[in-house]
Amino acid sequence: MMQVFDIIASAGLWAAILRIATPLIFGTLGALLCERAGVLNLGIEGIMTFGAMIGWLSVYHGADLWTGLLIAAVAGGIFGLLHAGLTVTLGLSQHVSGLGVTLFASSFSYYVFRLIVPLANTPPTIMPFQPIAIPGLSTLPFLGPAFFTQTAPTYLAILIALVMAYIIFRTPVGLAIRMTGENPHAAEAQGVNPMKVRYGAVIIGSALMGMGGAFLTLSAFNSFFPTMVQGRGWICIALVVFASWRPGRALFGALLFAFFDAFQLRLQTVLSGLVPYQLFLMTPYILSIAALAVMARRARVPQALMQPYRRGER
Amino acid sequence: MRFERREHRPLSLLIVTPVVAVIAALALAGILISIAGAPVLDAYWRILTGAFGSRLSATETLTRATPLMLTGLAAAVAFRARLWNIGAEGQFYLGAIAVAAASSKLLGNFPAPILIPLLLLIGAIAGMVLILVPLWLRLRFSVDEVVTSLLLNFIAVLFVSMLIDGVLKDPLAFGWPQSQSVSDHAMLPKLIARSRLHIGFTIAIALAVVVHFVHSRTVFGMQSRAAGLNPAGAVFAGVPLGRTLVKVACLSGGLAGLAGAIEVMGVKGYVTTDLSPGFGYAGIVVAMLANLNPLGVVFAAIFTATMFVGADGMSRGLGIPTYIADVTVALSLLTMLVALFFTQYRIRR
Repeated sequence: MMQVFDIIASAGLWAAILRIATPLIFGTLGALLCERAGVLNLGIEGIMTFGAMIGWLSVYHGADLWTGLLIAAVAGGIFGLLHAGLTVTLGLSQHVSGLGVTLFASSFSYYVFRLIVPLANTPPTIMPFQPIAIPGLSTLPFLGPAFFTQTAPTYLAILIALVMAYIIFRTPVGLAIRMTGENPHAAEAQGVNPMKVRYGAVIIGSALMGMGGAFLTLSAFNSFFPTMVQGRGWICIALVVFASWRPGRALFGALLFAFFDAFQLRLQTVLSGLVPYQLFLMTPYILSIAALAVMARRARVPQALMQPYRRGER
Repeated sequence: MRFERREHRPLSLLIVTPVVAVIAALALAGILISIAGAPVLDAYWRILTGAFGSRLSATETLTRATPLMLTGLAAAVAFRARLWNIGAEGQFYLGAIAVAAASSKLLGNFPAPILIPLLLLIGAIAGMVLILVPLWLRLRFSVDEVVTSLLLNFIAVLFVSMLIDGVLKDPLAFGWPQSQSVSDHAMLPKLIARSRLHIGFTIAIALAVVVHFVHSRTVFGMQSRAAGLNPAGAVFAGVPLGRTLVKVACLSGGLAGLAGAIEVMGVKGYVTTDLSPGFGYAGIVVAMLANLNPLGVVFAAIFTATMFVGADGMSRGLGIPTYIADVTVALSLLTMLVALFFTQYRIRR
């Protein structure tokens, strides 16, 4: 019991929470933006994998870290364009198209990676983002090392969550996105082009997913290996429901989720030998399912989610 | 540019569609192969000969196609009813581990004629049990089953990993996490001597025919299709939606569980966490390539297996990563989606 308390009281845990939450924040915000405009994007797992790969590869070939992050975002946006083309223009099943994008993006990532980086015993590494101590705040006892010595993309993720909350609820663009997700016909009657809104939301949302993946290779780790996204994308899809499609709650949900994840990692070392480690590894997935079950009924789903929009066709 | 719904779909179009989609996917993959600096036609020739060039490779390809047929059927029956079962991978593993557990702990001494059908049934039931979780969550809490069934894949593999590290661990495997082997007489008989091809292949084809019959000739088949096409209309027409979905789920999960059981009893004999190189996910592609047609699944599975088995030889010969097979299969899903669209719509102007 004392050990559990020690874990919670350690600044290392809280620093890890922000680190673990960062890719989830990016991914959840990305998925949330797509869904607010009425498009479910199950391509997320593959897009994150590709972002992780291409971001790492760019830096490995001499680009600086921010350029790597930008390239991952652009690559994510291109996959978003593909998904939008299939689901918005052609109006195909968003489920199947998203799965197709995931299967393609992840296998394409492995292919490109293997083509350029030959098999080696120790994977090549890069110099990742270093923690930035925020002047003044980082010297605070406990809070400083826990919250104010993160890498730049973590601060960026939190900033994007706040900006997105503002845009969605306080600006005309946000209103157009929400209307398109609720009732594209009504949006069109108001002079909004639902097709353009959906394209924009899916492309920008997918760009965020790409950045979430790139965080893994450019900040959390320093090399790429296949299957490193490990279902984080699917967890993001669950977190969107948990967040009731609100960016602020997405931020909170990702942090809460990361808390459990970081906590179970440390609990493992305390209880090692007593409980099979696989049980700990299961907890993120079980938590996601539980979160879905608790929140799904209360959440207000965008009414036009997964419904293709075709002019003059109901 | 506008799209206009076709009044009727000519049969020829439906037959040509998958062929066009596959050719388009191969052409796109060809670009990647030529970027890698290899001759494209030579690469495809090597894939074909790698998969069917000898008796050994041909039987190997059909062996690989067997689980794909079953997971493809699992996806096809579910998707027809718009039940998005993405959990075939987990159901596969649960079917496999159930067979290993039952054979090594309980039923090992049963004679083969009783043991084999019993184990196959146990594998199928294990798959059903796993899919009932997301279905229950959908019916009770209206949670979209896509994410829940998918997350259960991770849980199922970890559960299997826990068992083969613990109670089911083979003490003779030099500390390697591997389940105890199924008893020798629980192994499926071979179809062709000196090959790995086993009667699971015929079972899979027979099941494709049965599922086709069920879909096209029975009330349940009609109800499951109605549930997928228009759930509200189906309820109005008196289709018991919940009950139909439970039946569809049991069929789908059962087929995926059976795939795991057959893979253990036909090929490996024991369970490891790399028993499936993504059979569950590839099954989704197989089902889509077949346009959810159970008989088409047989051919789509053989195509997919050809890519996977053939790519190994091509990769060795030309120095291209074997992942090109995965890329091609995923691309064919996307091209098939587009091709199917044009069977339903035509471009106006």
